[in-house]
Amino acid sequence: MSDTQPNTDTRGFGRKLADIDKTAIAPFLALAALFVLGALVNPSFIGIDNILNVLTRSSFIAIIAVGATFVISAGGLDLSVGSMAALVAGVMILFLNSAAIDGNFAMLAAGVVIAIGVGAGAGLVNGAVTTLGRIEPFIVTLGTMAIYRSVTVWLANGGSIAMKSSEMRNLFRPVYTGTFLGLPIPVWIILAVGLLGAFILYKTSFGRHVIAVGSNEDVARYSGIHVNRVRAMTYVIQGICVAIAVVVYVPRLGAATTTTGMLWELQAITAVVIGGTALKGGVGRIWGTICGAFMLEIVGNIMVLSNFVSEYLIGAVQGVIIIIAMLVQRTLQRKG
Amino acid sequence: MTSPSATQSTLLPVLEARGIAKAFGPVEVLTDISLTIQPGEVHAIIGENGAGKSTLMKLLSGHLQPTRGSVAMDGEDVTLTGPVDAEHRGLVLVHQEILLAPHLTVAQNIFMGRELRRGLMVNDREMNRLAAEAVRKLGAEIDPTTTVSRLSIARRQLVQIARALQVPHRVVIFDEPTASLTPYETEALLKVIRNLRDQNVAVLYISHRLPEVGAIADRITVLRDGKLIATRNASELQPVDMAKLMVGRDMSKLYPEREETATHETILEISNFDVSGYARDASFTLRKGEILGFAGLIGAGRTELLEGIVGLRPGHGQVKLNGKPVRFHTVRDSMAAGIVYLSEDRKGKGLLLAQNLRTNLTLASLQKFTKGPLIERKREEQGLDNAIAEFDIRARRRDLLAGQLSGGNQQKLLLAKMMLLDPSIVIIDEPTRGIDIGTKEQIYKFIADLAKSGKSVIVISSEMQELIGICHRILVMRSSRIVGEVAGETMTEDEIVVYATGVKTNEAELYATGSA
Repeated sequence: MSDTQPNTDTRGFGRKLADIDKTAIAPFLALAALFVLGALVNPSFIGIDNILNVLTRSSFIAIIAVGATFVISAGGLDLSVGSMAALVAGVMILFLNSAAIDGNFAMLAAGVVIAIGVGAGAGLVNGAVTTLGRIEPFIVTLGTMAIYRSVTVWLANGGSIAMKSSEMRNLFRPVYTGTFLGLPIPVWIILAVGLLGAFILYKTSFGRHVIAVGSNEDVARYSGIHVNRVRAMTYVIQGICVAIAVVVYVPRLGAATTTTGMLWELQAITAVVIGGTALKGGVGRIWGTICGAFMLEIVGNIMVLSNFVSEYLIGAVQGVIIIIAMLVQRTLQRKG
Repeated sequence: MTSPSATQSTLLPVLEARGIAKAFGPVEVLTDISLTIQPGEVHAIIGENGAGKSTLMKLLSGHLQPTRGSVAMDGEDVTLTGPVDAEHRGLVLVHQEILLAPHLTVAQNIFMGRELRRGLMVNDREMNRLAAEAVRKLGAEIDPTTTVSRLSIARRQLVQIARALQVPHRVVIFDEPTASLTPYETEALLKVIRNLRDQNVAVLYISHRLPEVGAIADRITVLRDGKLIATRNASELQPVDMAKLMVGRDMSKLYPEREETATHETILEISNFDVSGYARDASFTLRKGEILGFAGLIGAGRTELLEGIVGLRPGHGQVKLNGKPVRFHTVRDSMAAGIVYLSEDRKGKGLLLAQNLRTNLTLASLQKFTKGPLIERKREEQGLDNAIAEFDIRARRRDLLAGQLSGGNQQKLLLAKMMLLDPSIVIIDEPTRGIDIGTKEQIYKFIADLAKSGKSVIVISSEMQELIGICHRILVMRSSRIVGEVAGETMTEDEIVVYATGVKTNEAELYATGSA
């Protein structure tokens, strides 16, 4: 509304503040605020066990959302990640149950490779159809969302696909429940995926091309960038991230059901947006995204620990969060 | 020519700036401007980019509020609360940018927000009729049911003007209306403006093109660095004097000394090149060290032909580079072969406006700044240092976004970006559109230096003076075909217009069939 009055005392400071990109730090401030809120609501929230537990549970969404950061930064959208997770989990478990290879460990390793292959393939389908078919990603991934889900239901015969071998289950379980140097394995995996994602997005030419394509496709094309290839590749990265999330998810329950991954797309997109990535593309924030995934899980946790709001309303609260996040983003951008 | 009322200052000015100033934060961009606009007068505002013309227009049309001073209409202070309020008072601004809904028709755009109704339904037939008439008044024939996205930029501009003039108006402000118009279209627009003046409408006219300002204006106000330098009767000012007042120095040498840098060695040979719907059967050669111009009206197919040749759009025909036949399937192929194309659409196709200078600079040649898959930030920064020095890019801060630069500096950044590819052929489309005179001079010198260093340059431009000023040879296109070539003695505006408008049809057709 008003230009700040020229005030010689604060101008230097104000200038410095203005230099910091507010959309980049807003998610971290919000996360800190949630911690304070949580501690006030219930002191047990701030306990290290509870926090690590929350982080562990946020891992699926955090890992998937890192992939979504690539897709959205490049100006795309992937609604199929939840169904894709179910499909990848289903195929992986079916393979583990087949006992095709001798030795449980080799079997597991092959299972992981297959999961990643299926994820990458499913992502490639999304990428190829959007770019070669020149169809809006919203429509394409709406379609594949239905396809992947339906194929999973068919594979599961309408029920669930469970890991049969208890030996294999025991071998696999630590991936979700185990710890390393005091931190749960899933938290390590989030860190690794985040580091790799940040490296690719910020330090490599591919990452630069992703931002360029999302920023302005025409400029990218006139600059000699393979726009379609870059676009398609972001969907493949998304698929691989989904597969990694599945590798963390399967040992938790040891089964894939028809509702596995339900509404994950909503949560992943929410995490990306509250993390400060622009939904219209051209800006990508990996660590903001991970922060956003934590926030979603923490909000749920606080609701469970407090008695003010029924935890059945978690979905509603998350919906409110994404809308508020967009409003905050817009206000910050307008000021900057 | 000058209407009698313009010279009489006894009339009450319909619009007046009374010592207005505007500051954004601590920076004052406009200082104590006082000027009057009389009914039946065309008052031109000229000045370099950043001189404060657009800010002044926005203050006078209610888009911005002054920090000091006031705006008066009919001699009384008014507070214009916004563009709608201004329109109610009969004050209309024709924006420089095209603000139309691309998917709606011409008529729907012209009547947007004030649709004619018949009962509950919109009266399309009446709106189409009136829209066609409004466009015809501007000297053009456009089918009112065409969707705007299918029109050329120039025609969209006309639609926008037609739309603005639908409002009952006493004062019309034109913000660089001819920036994307050809001489022919410009002449039609000037006729419209003269008509307005004859109806006692006051016109405020902003333009970079000084000859046309001289032709249309009754009075001229020159701005420089946010200050009013002079207000004079147009009859007292020659374009040269205007330029001098604008930049505060002598501009008689806008174009560099012409040097015969063109060799006899043919570097590029195009034969029978077609770009479906835009260019037919185009053949031409480019020599090493030559500056070759492409003239023609907007829509003649110049941009599309060259985009087709470099692989930015599908095209067919023979391309020989250094005597060897080549095919460019994508623009990457032509870049790799040493040909770069700088789009006329700097903001839409040239630069990522929302990204910083460094990202923009290295985008097309990123492989030169990487080690393995890794981008080396330090080398990029060094590249930016070099570019800023070599191309005289003036940015307040290094971390500005490309969209925050002035048009001239954007063009320099785009040049720097493409020159990093180390091309042997540089194609520049509308090199100085929307750029101030000082920067124009720099860009002309840069183009001349490129030729001097043995590179070949193709310049597409709608400003004939500029082509004549810097090119060794000019090809003229009309309706998708190359219809003429001018060089040496014949390189005059008249000669080009004759080809571009098809006056010499027979000769032109002869030429096109290959008699030369």
